[in-house]
Amino acid sequence: MNAKQRDRVATVIIDLIVAAVVGILLFLLVYILSAGLPHVSWKFITGASDPMSGAGGIGVQLFNSFYLLVLTMLISIPISLGAGIYLAEYAKDNWRTSLIRSAIEVLSSLPSVVVGLFGFLLFVVKFKMGFSVISGAVALTFFNLPLLTRNIEESLSAVSRSQREAGLSLGLSKWKTEIGIILPVALPGIVTGVVLSAGRVFGEAAALIYTAGQSAPVTNFSDWNPMDPASPLNPMRPAETLAVHIWKINTEGMAENAAQLSAAASAILILAVLLFNLGARLLGNFLYRRVTASK
Amino acid sequence: MLKQYSFEKTAVQSFDAQTTLALKTEDLQVFYGANHAMHDANLGFPKNQITALIGASGSGKSTYLRSLNRMNDGIATVTGKIWYHGVNINEPNVNIYEIRKHIGMVFQRPNPFSKSIRENIVYALKANGMKSKADLDERVETSLRGAALWDEVKDTLDKSALSLSGGQQQRLCIARSIAMAPDVLLLDEPCSALDPISTVKVEETLLELQKQYTIIIVTHNMQQAARVSSQCAFFHLGHVMEYTSTGTMFSNPQIPVTQDYIAGSFG
Repeated sequence: MNAKQRDRVATVIIDLIVAAVVGILLFLLVYILSAGLPHVSWKFITGASDPMSGAGGIGVQLFNSFYLLVLTMLISIPISLGAGIYLAEYAKDNWRTSLIRSAIEVLSSLPSVVVGLFGFLLFVVKFKMGFSVISGAVALTFFNLPLLTRNIEESLSAVSRSQREAGLSLGLSKWKTEIGIILPVALPGIVTGVVLSAGRVFGEAAALIYTAGQSAPVTNFSDWNPMDPASPLNPMRPAETLAVHIWKINTEGMAENAAQLSAAASAILILAVLLFNLGARLLGNFLYRRVTASK
Repeated sequence: MLKQYSFEKTAVQSFDAQTTLALKTEDLQVFYGANHAMHDANLGFPKNQITALIGASGSGKSTYLRSLNRMNDGIATVTGKIWYHGVNINEPNVNIYEIRKHIGMVFQRPNPFSKSIRENIVYALKANGMKSKADLDERVETSLRGAALWDEVKDTLDKSALSLSGGQQQRLCIARSIAMAPDVLLLDEPCSALDPISTVKVEETLLELQKQYTIIIVTHNMQQAARVSSQCAFFHLGHVMEYTSTGTMFSNPQIPVTQDYIAGSFG
């Protein structure tokens, strides 16, 4: 076999692998959507579910998923941004830094059920935060931190050293250089990380069962005062998310049409994730264009 | 095999009291850990002239240059004195950010920020508190004119700087530096990544800029040193071997190692 043939064989193999991956993905998407979408109605998307059987709509759960995501991101993005900047720019290359890095890796490999039980014992019971959106958000932050920190660190490190030198040579402080010059260039990579971790938050169930709870009390969507117990924005109320709801319908639900309900809810979940990804990318590209003046 | 040259005999000129020096180093030493990269550099840089630092790779000329605006902080240990306006700026308590505003730097590879052409110039100015749009616009125009780039980019100031050619990017970097209104401009092989035509443009720009700035340029290219500089320092393995007017350096070098380098025997 000469170099040209070898090249061709390798290309074919790589193409096949890619095709397999895309094929599996498409199959799952088509399967979930075709099984679920016929049972989706506007009433299903916006309606409330029956607390006992799980039958009915998923309106509250859908809102809870988004709300939990936003809260989680509000907590985890600033922390991981700080940690990522520290690791990429300020940390010296010594045993302490590698200890931090290993700790982050260990954190990322914790089973979600362990994180859930930890959150339950610490936040829900010990700190008396109860089954609540905020307990769930803090627990999910534990998932997000390693992924996001690592991702932000790598995105920042990938920006050329010469950009840093340019900033410093103009008399800009290290911090100003980092925030004003390096961060904008690293933005697309960071957005990718945020999207990936958001997907995890949307799909997470095990950790949330113990922290955000399995009940979705009827909320009053005309009351937007976060202090009111019935307000959807109240972070102290229990909040069953869509993923937890799907799990519940299938395990504890007593609805007659449980299979259809969960198929429909899964289809909505998938669509929500896709929409979120798309939105985050558009926003990221828009921001990137604004700060870098590129097309 | 590189010939062994003695570091004992050097020919480094000093300037009399009549010559105004923009910058002067006294016994400047640079260490990368245990590696002694620069030995006792005693050089003075006359105001409003171009001084070229020449020498083979690894001769320490870039290391020396980067010490002058403290860009080696945190990378290397620099001892000795750097005199700037009667102040030794190689002291730990000197505000390095302030120093770098007065001693600008242009690097080997063009490194414009990934921002618009205008923003490349005004970003650091804004960070220093310049707010008025009129002032900023004026600074954009004067510095781009100073770097001989204005006519090429005046209609596309809001386009990305990365869309410019390499030569234009390097002139933008020069414009970005002079927008800070420095005294001294350090250039670290500014043309090594550029094609000949862009190089000519940058050189013409430098000759024009020396009326207002003191320029120190590191270059690999002896023809370039001969074309643009009035003083020339030759570095060899971390030692300043010879420092004299450019004319003398190329017509009548004093030290054997300089003679061999100028004649093209090594480097």
